[in-house]
Amino acid sequence: MFRNVAELVELAESENIQISEVMIRQEMEVKQLTREQVVGQMEKNLDVMEKAIEDGLKGVQSHSGLTGGDAVLIQNYMKNHTPLSGHLLMDAVSKAVATNEVNAAMGTICATPTAGSAGCVPGTLFAVKNQLNPTREQMVNYLFTSGAFGFVVANNASISGAAGGCQAEVGSAAGMASAAIVEMAGGTPSQSAQAMAITLKNMLGLICDPVAGLVEVPCVKRNAMGASNAITAADMALAGVTSRIPCDEVIDAMYKVGQRMPSAFRETAQGGLAATPTGRELEAKVYGISLEKE
Amino acid sequence: MVKEMKYRSVFDIIGPVMIGPSSSHTAGAARIGRAARHLFGREPKYAHVHLYGSFAKTYKGHGTDVAIIGGLLDYETDDTRISGALKTARANGMKVRFHEEDAVTDHPNTARLKIGDDDGELELVGISIGGGKAEITELNGFELNLSGEHPAILLIHNDRFGAIASSTTILAKHEINIGRMEVSRKAQGEQALMVIEVDQNIEDSVLNELERADHIIQVAKISD
Repeated sequence: MFRNVAELVELAESENIQISEVMIRQEMEVKQLTREQVVGQMEKNLDVMEKAIEDGLKGVQSHSGLTGGDAVLIQNYMKNHTPLSGHLLMDAVSKAVATNEVNAAMGTICATPTAGSAGCVPGTLFAVKNQLNPTREQMVNYLFTSGAFGFVVANNASISGAAGGCQAEVGSAAGMASAAIVEMAGGTPSQSAQAMAITLKNMLGLICDPVAGLVEVPCVKRNAMGASNAITAADMALAGVTSRIPCDEVIDAMYKVGQRMPSAFRETAQGGLAATPTGRELEAKVYGISLEKE
Repeated sequence: MVKEMKYRSVFDIIGPVMIGPSSSHTAGAARIGRAARHLFGREPKYAHVHLYGSFAKTYKGHGTDVAIIGGLLDYETDDTRISGALKTARANGMKVRFHEEDAVTDHPNTARLKIGDDDGELELVGISIGGGKAEITELNGFELNLSGEHPAILLIHNDRFGAIASSTTILAKHEINIGRMEVSRKAQGEQALMVIEVDQNIEDSVLNELERADHIIQVAKISD
């Protein structure tokens, strides 16, 4: 069983297989399942992600009224304008937003690795898909590759905002997505690791400060930026840019930053955007009271 | 230093499929409730839910309350009935109370559940560690470490020699492989708890055989 990114890349390169294949084989061994069972379960997860994006692009609203409808705005903008950041990037952003808007509206999503960060992986996948024209099998592999990198982060650091801040959630999700984009675009396992490192480096220190404690503000837009980061870092890695700090050390740094992060910045609604005057006002509107402690 | 591998499956990372909005505060909470339900073995008539840390501060916005009760009703994380769980529980005659605790716990997302009916009571502490994964850290005063994702057998037994050997011999006879095993006790010579995580679901006949083994007092199982 691989314990870190270095071992994961080594396994893939020594066997001359993709990261996704390493993950599939490990899952078969650990769970004593056939390839069909493992791949079949992931296909179901892919279907859930596709459906969530569809629902979000039709427009949804959360019960609190804090989020919803932005995915539609972005898609409409793209129909009438050429986005400055490019069509693919804004498409990924809209699909990441769509997923998290559905999540906030208590719709059905697939956690990747968490619900609050569920937009980055499918958002990028269903945008990159339009340019790379992958088979359904390659799309499923995208999820296994994302999962392999997330697996390392979860076991060596954290994927929970309450434990490690947003860097551990959206940071991890964005890193996972960038590694998977590289593989789908034909990059090497080592380039996937570089993309993950570059992405995570740029999300270090990001706090988890949800307004009213809800997975809405700023979570939905953080997924938009996670998706953008992932695509940018993937392109950099495919261009041959490398991270001076190895991926495993970046993950460890993220873990240590999370450990030293005050509790106010770890999903308690006590700091950051949650503690702004407007944040408190919205909170009072949602609950009828403020969560602020005297 | 090598850390413990808390996550063993890719589907801990890409998954679960769930009702939003939070994997830790909704899906993980539902799994804690469902583990309690399975250990209790039936739908309880009352539930006292004590919430700590981030759970205590944000449970209403995340639907942690409906998720835990949904779990007690045996709902999975992707069951759309979760949002109506409180109403359903009340309609079923379950008395539910939530307590927001100020005490600081080791893990920020901790819940203590006291559930029961006229025939028995169960007290359990669960933590939601991220990505929808939950662990049971305490059961009726015994410390333990249970993911609730593998089938597991829980045996309350007398703290005597031979209790462990007689149980594992029975499992070996039925060709059941043990994935992980843990024994804890409150004090020497008193009652102890044995937790055995296995690879496949256990048939009732095996449980009955275990219950008849030396020094074994009570047997329960959690299915996958």
